[in-house]
Amino acid sequence: MKSNSEGLIIDGVVAYIDRDNIDTDQIIPTEYLKSIKKFGFEDYLFDGWRYKDDGKLGITKDERVIDENFILNKNPFNESKILLTRDNFGCGSSREHAVWALRDFGIKAVIASSFGDIFYNNSFKNGVLPIKLEKKEIDFLFGQTQQKVLELSINLQKKEIIYGEKTISFHVQKHLIDRIIYGLDDVDITLKEKDKIFDFEKTRIKERPWIFK
Amino acid sequence: MKTLYDKLWEEHHVTQLDSGESLLYIDRHYLHEVTSPQAFEGLIKKNLKPWRLNANIATPDHNVPTIRGNNFNSESITDEISKIQVVELDKNCNKFGIKQFDIESNKQGIVHVIGPELGFTIPGMTIVCGDSHTSTHGALGCLAMGIGTSEVEHVLATQCLKVSKLKNMNVRFEGEVNENVSSKDIVLYLIRQIGTAGGTGCAIEFSGSYISSISVEGRMTICNMAIEAGAKVGLIAPDNKTIDYVKSKSFLDEDTFAQAKEYWKTLKSDDDAKFDKEIIIDVSKIKPQVTWGTSPEMVMNYDESIPTVFDTKEENKKNVELARDYMGIENETKLSDLTFDKVFIGSCTNSRIEDLRMAAEIVKGKTIAANISEAIVVPGSGLVKEQAENEGLDKIFTDAGFIWRDPGCSMCLGMNPDQLKPYERCASTSNRNFEGRQGYLGRTHLMSPIMAAYTAINGTIGDPYEI
Ligand code: SF4
Repeated sequence: MKSNSEGLIIDGVVAYIDRDNIDTDQIIPTEYLKSIKKFGFEDYLFDGWRYKDDGKLGITKDERVIDENFILNKNPFNESKILLTRDNFGCGSSREHAVWALRDFGIKAVIASSFGDIFYNNSFKNGVLPIKLEKKEIDFLFGQTQQKVLELSINLQKKEIIYGEKTISFHVQKHLIDRIIYGLDDVDITLKEKDKIFDFEKTRIKERPWIFK
Repeated sequence: MKTLYDKLWEEHHVTQLDSGESLLYIDRHYLHEVTSPQAFEGLIKKNLKPWRLNANIATPDHNVPTIRGNNFNSESITDEISKIQVVELDKNCNKFGIKQFDIESNKQGIVHVIGPELGFTIPGMTIVCGDSHTSTHGALGCLAMGIGTSEVEHVLATQCLKVSKLKNMNVRFEGEVNENVSSKDIVLYLIRQIGTAGGTGCAIEFSGSYISSISVEGRMTICNMAIEAGAKVGLIAPDNKTIDYVKSKSFLDEDTFAQAKEYWKTLKSDDDAKFDKEIIIDVSKIKPQVTWGTSPEMVMNYDESIPTVFDTKEENKKNVELARDYMGIENETKLSDLTFDKVFIGSCTNSRIEDLRMAAEIVKGKTIAANISEAIVVPGSGLVKEQAENEGLDKIFTDAGFIWRDPGCSMCLGMNPDQLKPYERCASTSNRNFEGRQGYLGRTHLMSPIMAAYTAINGTIGDPYEI
């Protein structure tokens, strides 16, 4: 991510997949969930669509049959940091591997009209920004992709997408975007409240003893 | 004034953080081998231990082969990568002292099946697991939801989850269902009505006369698929049935149980509770439901024609086209015209004893159709398996040509040896018909155990009333 005097910027060419309900099984199929690592998922992103053969964990991109028609295999979209898609992106399984695969591929922002709840949450914890836009804005952006290679610039602090003369604002809760901007760790934040958790637990053990048996 | 969700939320609310989010105290945390290794790694790196050990219960389910027989252990898994994950769970549970029903245990099973049946899920709890179908446990009046791996680490380390409050949605199912219609059909019908994003951002409470009339197991099937309607949380107020169910599984002493019971009775939405959204569904007209496409919302009555791009609204044409293409559906076709290759009865949606009884009822004394190359029944847990065998269900299935397996997620997802081959068409009681979910290029049709059993015998989808 770049920064300028006004804040952090994600910019560049937008890759797009014109589909609703892209579930996390499509973002990364179950086979790759066998990894016990948190990194190294870039070659398996959208595996079923990116390749014409069946993959296995450990087999790299170079050994696969690439589907040249899939957008992420085409220049310049293979370098995209921004993904544009439609409704309910990331629905389905809770696998955080879906976000890890996007992150490892280099995707820093996903623009969609809505997201699966668990995916949405997982994204902020891994530096991927999910941006919800109105359907008409999504339609507009898809329209632009049909005319040229669409390039956008996203300003995180201002919560704005800049496209030529046009500015599209988006809403995201401050604490969520702060997690991306400052790379905050949730465990550290919560452990500052340690005493409150202990006190709560003590009372609960007394009042609801059956929980603790 | 308060909904059940509001009450459970307040009961577990530890504090509000500066960010505006809340810390919710977590009573029960289930772990399995797929979404936990990176969380344990994080814990170790931070030099932390689980906050409260006895909150955690673990079991391997996703990767385990379902043909195991005797003397099988983690090391016996032939897929080297699957083995690493299962062995890693063993290691982590041993290292930290977490209770695990390991692959050798007769109580091992799908995490959402074993939790309630071993008495670890009881009403009023907050329950999380690194698995989206954690919503299942809501059927017992719990605030239960799926979380990601970072959150698994967070819950291990702090016994809390950092969350914002969801909206309240009420789905009331009223009326009596037709014969051969099960709770699976009801929840699929709901998804057809509201779509896979219909419950996004909501906790859905299921209520109404239909819910009261069905078993706790049937309720689990409904809450299980709340996530397929977009909702992280599905829940049902505990009633006498719930309490009887919990009592039969409980390891609590009499006094503690009696004390808990008084509290559980308070766990319901107030009469004047305000919901952000309310839906009423008359279940008496619902027919058996079967999916035709690659999203659970692509579902319809078993006797309908599959949508074509011509009878689809403009904005959905593309989705329909892609799904038809993937599913190998040509021309104008009815569901009943499709020929099936495999049948899978199992998964955390439909692998409990009641599901197996329903399927066995249909199968009894019959033989699977010639076009079905494989029909498998995979009990959800060691205890379900044992119970079914005591009732002779295994014999009914095997006599009909089904294969009777050991417990696990099995063909619900392509992580273990039970997978579809490319282009195979499967009648499945699981919950997701996503592309490749049951195996590379496999074609999944979701349905109830009754319809799956019928399809096994008949070779195609048909009228389950004629059986
Ligand atoms: S049975 Fe299927 S849906 Fe359920 S936990 Fe296992 S893989 Fe997930």
